[in-house]
Amino acid sequence: MSGNREQGTGNRDFNDGWVAGARPATATSGVAANPFFEYLLRLADDRLVLGHRLSEWCGHAPILEEDIALANIALDLIGQASMLLKLAGEVEGNGRNEDALAYFRDAIEFRNAQLVELPNGDFAVTIVRQFLFDAWDVLVLERLTAASNQVLAGIAAKALKESKYHLRHTAEWVRMLGDGTAESHARAQRALDDLWPYTAELFLGDAIDAAAVASGSGVDVEALRPRWGQTVEQVLAEATLAVPKDGFAPRGGRTGRHTEHLGRMLADMQSLARAHPGAPW
Amino acid sequence: MTNDSVSATGGATTAAETQWDLWEVFTQEGEGAPHEHAGSVHATTAEHAMQNARDVYARRGKVVSLWVVPTGAIVASAPSDAGPLFDPGNDKAYRHPQFYKTPRGARGL
Repeated sequence: MSGNREQGTGNRDFNDGWVAGARPATATSGVAANPFFEYLLRLADDRLVLGHRLSEWCGHAPILEEDIALANIALDLIGQASMLLKLAGEVEGNGRNEDALAYFRDAIEFRNAQLVELPNGDFAVTIVRQFLFDAWDVLVLERLTAASNQVLAGIAAKALKESKYHLRHTAEWVRMLGDGTAESHARAQRALDDLWPYTAELFLGDAIDAAAVASGSGVDVEALRPRWGQTVEQVLAEATLAVPKDGFAPRGGRTGRHTEHLGRMLADMQSLARAHPGAPW
Repeated sequence: MTNDSVSATGGATTAAETQWDLWEVFTQEGEGAPHEHAGSVHATTAEHAMQNARDVYARRGKVVSLWVVPTGAIVASAPSDAGPLFDPGNDKAYRHPQFYKTPRGARGL
């Protein structure tokens, strides 16, 4: 019965939207009432969704050591998401804690880039996706350590240490797969070609980003693209992989438009918390 | 996916294709403390071994330094050497530090 309060919160949000025929303010509107809350959701949801995707490998990775490594990275990301969602809940000021934000929002309310919600595919897809994200993430976190919001700066400092290791690990794997066997090379190149278009969204800024930058607690993501390109292209060259050409670039994750894959992932991720609201485990 | 054992050579997989080299892992739990054997990991390169050692043995606890050594580089004594190498000479009690009484006032020893 200790879960009644959580359950009440979840149902209220759902019913209000349903009965009134309107989504919560955060769901669809591009201009949010609280842009910093929106900004924190973007930071948090990238980590929550990618962390959950990685956790799906637990017990399935090609070798024990890598199984543990992927689970470690997943735990790092989910830990970062937890801290960021807690801060987001406080900034929002509506009494939602990190669990309410993680488990009682629907896909349309998630603010992650589409890259991180894509299915794991084979091992090459998982590694290449993680590498492309890590190279971006380290740059973002480096800048957020100087955020004017002290809590955010502290979270970034802790997360940066973790993400630097993630990048070291996934860069090494990209080299091994690309410069490995004919089979691993082909799979890594295919993964890179498939995922490359989704990286563009990481560098798209909008009014939410601009407001965060103006307040001293945001990152100008567009300005990160050249350095990201240098890091990525150097590793890809060492991996004997070809850098794909920029072309059509899906977007929309930052405003709640997602691929079909996120909803299914969330159904899995949120089912336990929604079946047993407030249950500690 | 775990059953996906397509061989680069098109034939049956060989041990070299599916088994990575073994590395021994030594962890140090504080400055000045000895590096102690923690276990072993499989890896393809020294950097890979270092990462796997970190993930398997150093993520929890207070490890401050890691060594990884190719298992093949370790020269080990054989069980048959036990007599010649390790016979402690129990008949000569004065060879053991325990034979000597600790002086009063030297409690920190």
